[in-house]
Amino acid sequence: MTKAFRNDALAKVTGKAKYTDDYTLPGILYAVPLHAPVASAVIKAIDTSQALKMPGVLKVITAADIPGKIKFGQIIKDYPTLVHKRIRTTGDVIALVVAESRAQALAALPKIDLTLEDYPALYDPEDALKEGATLINPEHGSNICNYHCVRTGDVQASEKDADLIIEQDFSTSHIEHAYLEPEAALCHPRPDGVMEVIGSMQHPFSTRRFVASTLGMELKDVEVKTVPMGGGFGGKDDTAALVCARAALCAHLLGRPVKLTYSREMSMRESYKRHPYTLQYRMGIKYDGRIIFVKVRMVADSGAYCSVTPWVTWRSTVQCCGCYEVPNVHCDVYGVYTNNVFTGAFRGFGSPQVNWAVEQLVEIAAEKLGMSELEFRRINMVKQGSTTVTNQVLDTHKVSLSEVMDRVLKEIDYENKRKLCSFGDPKKDTWYGIGLAISYRGMSLGAEGVDFNSAIINVQPDGSVLLETGVHENGQGAESVMILIAAEELGLPVNRIRYRMPSTSNIPDGGTTVASRGTLLGGGATTNAAKILKNIIAEALLKHLGKKAEFFEDSNILDAERQVICAWYEAIRLCYSKQIYPYAFGVFQAPRVSWDEETGHGDAYFTWVYGCQAVELEVEAKTGKVKLLNMVAAHDVGRAINVAMVKGQIFGGLAIGAGYGLFEEVPLKDGSVIPTNLHQYRIMRATDMPEMTAIIVENPDPTSPSKAKGIGEPTLEITGPAIANAIYRATGTRYPDQPIKLRKQ
Amino acid sequence: MITVNGIHYEIPEELHAKKLSDWLREDLMLTGTKVGCDIGVCGSCTVLINDEAKRSCKLKLNDVDNSNITTIEGICAPDGGLHPLQQAFMDAGAIQCGFCTPGMVLSALALLLKNHRPTRGEIRLALKGNLCRCTGYQQIIDAVELAAGIMYPNK
Repeated sequence: MTKAFRNDALAKVTGKAKYTDDYTLPGILYAVPLHAPVASAVIKAIDTSQALKMPGVLKVITAADIPGKIKFGQIIKDYPTLVHKRIRTTGDVIALVVAESRAQALAALPKIDLTLEDYPALYDPEDALKEGATLINPEHGSNICNYHCVRTGDVQASEKDADLIIEQDFSTSHIEHAYLEPEAALCHPRPDGVMEVIGSMQHPFSTRRFVASTLGMELKDVEVKTVPMGGGFGGKDDTAALVCARAALCAHLLGRPVKLTYSREMSMRESYKRHPYTLQYRMGIKYDGRIIFVKVRMVADSGAYCSVTPWVTWRSTVQCCGCYEVPNVHCDVYGVYTNNVFTGAFRGFGSPQVNWAVEQLVEIAAEKLGMSELEFRRINMVKQGSTTVTNQVLDTHKVSLSEVMDRVLKEIDYENKRKLCSFGDPKKDTWYGIGLAISYRGMSLGAEGVDFNSAIINVQPDGSVLLETGVHENGQGAESVMILIAAEELGLPVNRIRYRMPSTSNIPDGGTTVASRGTLLGGGATTNAAKILKNIIAEALLKHLGKKAEFFEDSNILDAERQVICAWYEAIRLCYSKQIYPYAFGVFQAPRVSWDEETGHGDAYFTWVYGCQAVELEVEAKTGKVKLLNMVAAHDVGRAINVAMVKGQIFGGLAIGAGYGLFEEVPLKDGSVIPTNLHQYRIMRATDMPEMTAIIVENPDPTSPSKAKGIGEPTLEITGPAIANAIYRATGTRYPDQPIKLRKQ
Repeated sequence: MITVNGIHYEIPEELHAKKLSDWLREDLMLTGTKVGCDIGVCGSCTVLINDEAKRSCKLKLNDVDNSNITTIEGICAPDGGLHPLQQAFMDAGAIQCGFCTPGMVLSALALLLKNHRPTRGEIRLALKGNLCRCTGYQQIIDAVELAAGIMYPNK
């Protein structure tokens, strides 16, 4: 076993780690939100007089109290920090009660009297798309939040050339992130005029923008600091930032520290979910196994607000044909406003939905051709130098799709076990099935955003090192990876490097820690900062000792013949004595990407990763009960910096991905989330999970300074369809709708 | 009287109905005990009560009168050294966001006190009530196995 390295493990395992709600401050007050009772209405009046009379209550805050802008958002500024007039979803917050204790604030909530007027609601995206439908966000001018397309080749002409055409609709559901720590924020107005924020959020810079906009402050006047976060999975972006903005609003108006901690019920009611999609595929194939066209229409329910729907659906657009070469593509993708709970980022980000469909579709096609699903995939999968459906040539890195697939097939003994599948054999009580899925994934933000990050390495006079990057610790071990990269570059033991408590007032805005970009972007910046630092030290040694430094190893600095010039600490002492700061600021700017909205063509991502997962399972014929027996995953990560944590990402992704396939969904009623707490939203338990094997494939990436790519998201974007394919081979029935609801015999 | 990590506390009348999890976090500042759902489903608030793993959000102080409670802060050695389970969680890569970790460690400890050499299946059963969204549980099971070997080497 390779021992894991985590800089935060000791604090976490001893209970010393302090998450947002674990902090308190002298004079602290507590805020709680009042959520909208219905999904669509107009607020005629808010009477707070009775609530204000409740013990301990200091203030009831509404939108009228907001000194800055009421609405904010990362792309379209349509999300109200507090609802001004019109309620669009039951996640809307109408007022905040601030009291001396949380219990007092909660007791006052039902005393707020609302006068509401009904307003027409739309819960089905197809209804919202209809001509003349009520506009959810009239200022946007349409219920189409966004639209993307791909137009490659000539689908109409290739229709005639197809030997077989397959049509299949798929659907996916709302999914809850189910991070174990609900949202929380603690804000305090500092004597120097700065609003200081800590919170359970995964995007400190976005949080800072939300807070500054709400308070009408400049970015310099808001400082967001990072504390341990109890899980995010993409889910602690907008909602979490809004929770921080609301706490900051209370603190600003009352001039005292305010904590706003969400209960699980509040979190599940308000927080955005994974987008549910409907996907309508039409695929043309030749008898020799080639896919010659794909026509697809996807509709994603954005809910009441935009959040990052344009980016989520853009990834679905770029990856609309899965990891296959298709010469003719006609793809339309719509993000649509409804009065449902809003949807946003969730680990996978628009790819789990597409892969759910495509990885089943290719197996349906192979079967129609009487061809093995492996052969069909091999014929069509992207290879070295392939052109993607958006006209990007994959030649900047090793295209390892066949390599990862072969590793999984061998490990799980796929071809032999494939022969044992039951296909719903009526003579058996238990059905066995094995299934797999493959994918490629564009790394980082791609053409959806500006993509760069920075790192600061600040060596102290005693030779110890402070490191900081623009990457956020979401629990995945990002800080540990940065420490390992710096330690390797500088030839120092990890215990000489401290990852400094990051602050938005110290490190430049590096974007959000999403899109599996932490190791790639932050690691790249750390590598580059370390190289700059080594140059600074080498110049000092050349100038003052006349020695040319070549290697930094084992806390020593060596020349070209590997003779020790001096110890690390001596070099640092020399720097300080000669008025040279051993301090470096490193930047990694993502290589150029491109996108044309009209054609859906471009070099969408600067590098890609490849993965394959396979699942063995049993279905109890009588009850439809599924038991997972085994899961194997192989992922090309470029280079594994922290092996145990890479495996942890794979295992964790498999677990969320398995839940996605088997049972996870958030049912809604009149736009409102039905499950109120985790007793009504099932996630994988220890007893649901089989033993897993994680295979790490390493093809160092030339575009990445650290040679590492990423692993967070690829791990859960294909588990669902691998399960669906296994269930098909167990039961003989296809389940195009996620989650799989097995028909009982 | 309630004993927490070896320290005795007299409980005034007005606290009898207070939730154990809230009391530990708010009154004793033992914030290693986490609250994830507050309805006894997620297991983040697990503590040991007379060496049994219990959900502290489901108990009032009244319910635990005369009990001996151990929280995550109370399992280190007197010299501050880590418990073998804690070390094993670190070494096996069983920690990601860390929010479930205290509860997981305590549920695992309750198991190992009774069963010195549990199978992986028995470990899964013992941890069934502790949700984790990060790890897929595999390295947590590894950690418990590893710790069993260190705590009870002669089995």
